[in-house]
Amino acid sequence: MRTFFARLLARHVRPEFGKPGPRQEGGDLPPHLYGVIAEFAKPESLVQAVHAVRHEGYQVIEAYTPYPIEELHDAIGHGPSRVPLLTLIGGILGGLFGFFLQYWTSAVDFPLNIGGRPYNSWVSFIPITFECTILFAGIAAVLGMLVLNGLPMPYHPVFSVPRFQLASRDRYFLMVLARDPRFRAGDTFRFMETLGASHVSDVED
Amino acid sequence: MSANADRPPVIAPGYTPATVTDKISSVVLRKTPKWWFLGFFVSFMALQLLLISMVKLLILGVGIWGVNIPVGWGFAIVNFVWWIGIGHAGTLISAILLLLRQTWRTSINRFAEAMTLFAVAAAAQFVLFHTGRQWLAVYWLFPYPNTMGVWPQFRSPLMWDVFAVSTYATISALFWFVGLIPDLATLRDRSKHWFGKIAYGMLAMGWRGSARHWHNYETASLLLAGLATPLVVSVHTVVSFDFAVGIIPGWHSTIFPPYFVAGAIYSGFAMVMTLAIPLRKVFGLEDFITMRHLQNMAKIMLATGLIVAYGYGIELFMAWYSGNTFEQYMMHNRILGPYGWVWSLLILCNILTPQLLWLKKIRSSVLALFFISIIVNIGMWLERFVIVVTSLHRDFLPSSWGMYTPTRWDWSFFVGSLGLFFSLMFLFIRFLPVISIFEMRTIAKGHDPASADVAEMKGAS
Repeated sequence: MRTFFARLLARHVRPEFGKPGPRQEGGDLPPHLYGVIAEFAKPESLVQAVHAVRHEGYQVIEAYTPYPIEELHDAIGHGPSRVPLLTLIGGILGGLFGFFLQYWTSAVDFPLNIGGRPYNSWVSFIPITFECTILFAGIAAVLGMLVLNGLPMPYHPVFSVPRFQLASRDRYFLMVLARDPRFRAGDTFRFMETLGASHVSDVED
Repeated sequence: MSANADRPPVIAPGYTPATVTDKISSVVLRKTPKWWFLGFFVSFMALQLLLISMVKLLILGVGIWGVNIPVGWGFAIVNFVWWIGIGHAGTLISAILLLLRQTWRTSINRFAEAMTLFAVAAAAQFVLFHTGRQWLAVYWLFPYPNTMGVWPQFRSPLMWDVFAVSTYATISALFWFVGLIPDLATLRDRSKHWFGKIAYGMLAMGWRGSARHWHNYETASLLLAGLATPLVVSVHTVVSFDFAVGIIPGWHSTIFPPYFVAGAIYSGFAMVMTLAIPLRKVFGLEDFITMRHLQNMAKIMLATGLIVAYGYGIELFMAWYSGNTFEQYMMHNRILGPYGWVWSLLILCNILTPQLLWLKKIRSSVLALFFISIIVNIGMWLERFVIVVTSLHRDFLPSSWGMYTPTRWDWSFFVGSLGLFFSLMFLFIRFLPVISIFEMRTIAKGHDPASADVAEMKGAS
């Protein structure tokens, strides 16, 4: 069980949020560089750029879009979401909680004879069991989504890029993080410029 | 798709993700219009009436209402069921229509969900205050360890109701807030004022719209929709159990759960229509909330209205077919008794008037739809009055018959709850985007020639 939860937690640690790791020899990085970000005007340019960047061997990348794009998720190669598993766990716990709350209070802690009905009137307990299942599953889905996305996180290095506020309007961004093993400050910047981006800039940590 | 060719579009042509973003966020970020202050003032005054009534009730007790034996359930329950029912359309639009991939829901789901939340808030006031002494109600409504060592009675539908409604309120609030997160980030990025930047920034919690964010987000939204769909059906089913489990003629019926759920959706869509028509006008959002939306909602109203009519029919049939004297007398009294005029008005509002919606000409007239939606709202309120009051006021023994007359405090609570609802609604339309911006971008991108390639890629894969 311990390894199960350890794996659950360990595998969701996304590259985007980690601390900069060791870099390969020869990559002379400026001290506070978080990554290089490129801005695209069209979603398909971004998807193509993701393919190109991955083809070049970069792994620690992240893309930002104003609305969900399914192709982008496939292109960038993130695994399946863990939200469904957490929701399932929440639902099962909620159902058990709901039922045993009623069972324990009505049949164990303070049994009351009401019109000769059985103490464990499980049929009458179903509506509340159902409601608790939904409640816990829903809360697990929302909290799971927030935790897996690393939210709340009021500040993130990409917010230091002035044009990044267009990521919530009509611009599409691709960032290669400085802790990517293949990252070379100058080379990566020049490579990103060849992808058809309208702007390329460094992201300060 | 060719069958849809003559229908009005879901969004007026020519919009791109950029223009959609600017248009909807400008509604929030521009200066407050004058009509807003007027509308908010009137609603807020009505809300004060609710607060005064609450204080009066806390001092004197529920005796200030017209409830007595035999009619122990009066306006409080009528209003509670009415408000909860109105809320159901919001969940239906945001959850069930999402699962059915109805893209037209996109521009109405945000404020329909807000309507749900505020309707549940209004309903909650009646649940709380009809207990008379709320601080004593806590131990028999919520299972917490208390010094008396007693627990709530979980075999009672009233307890199921507490859990159903509080779960519904929580899930609706979560669903609504999750839907808002990307739009709050949009407002954070668009806002020029330092306070707006900070306030929206804190609420957006650092949303960046990364591929990872969207993937988890979409998954969570879909799961919430899947959870909310059975939930919304269960809530009004449980509300109907409050009646159906009792052995009162007129209540003790298996038709109640489906008939209540259909009635809830019926009244909810009527309220969405009542709110959407002025909203699109004052904010100039006719391009996003088009005639297509109004026509679709009119059709849903017509369909659910017919289900409700079927419910009335079955009630009549069962009263006759049961051969039960009390059941038959209840129905006779409901139609021809002292409250018979309420029943006639109910049939006029709920069954006859909506038949106009069969006509395409009526479905295409904004004004006609607005008035029909208000009539349906009134009709659904009358339905709850008929169910609650006419079933109770003449029960088994003529010696215990009585009449129920609402007092001014009954009315002040009702008007006050409208004040609460509209005050919250006015605050919502002022400070939050009334239409989901990011979902509108996904619709607008279809009109954007730049993204044609992505659609092709999707088709090829």
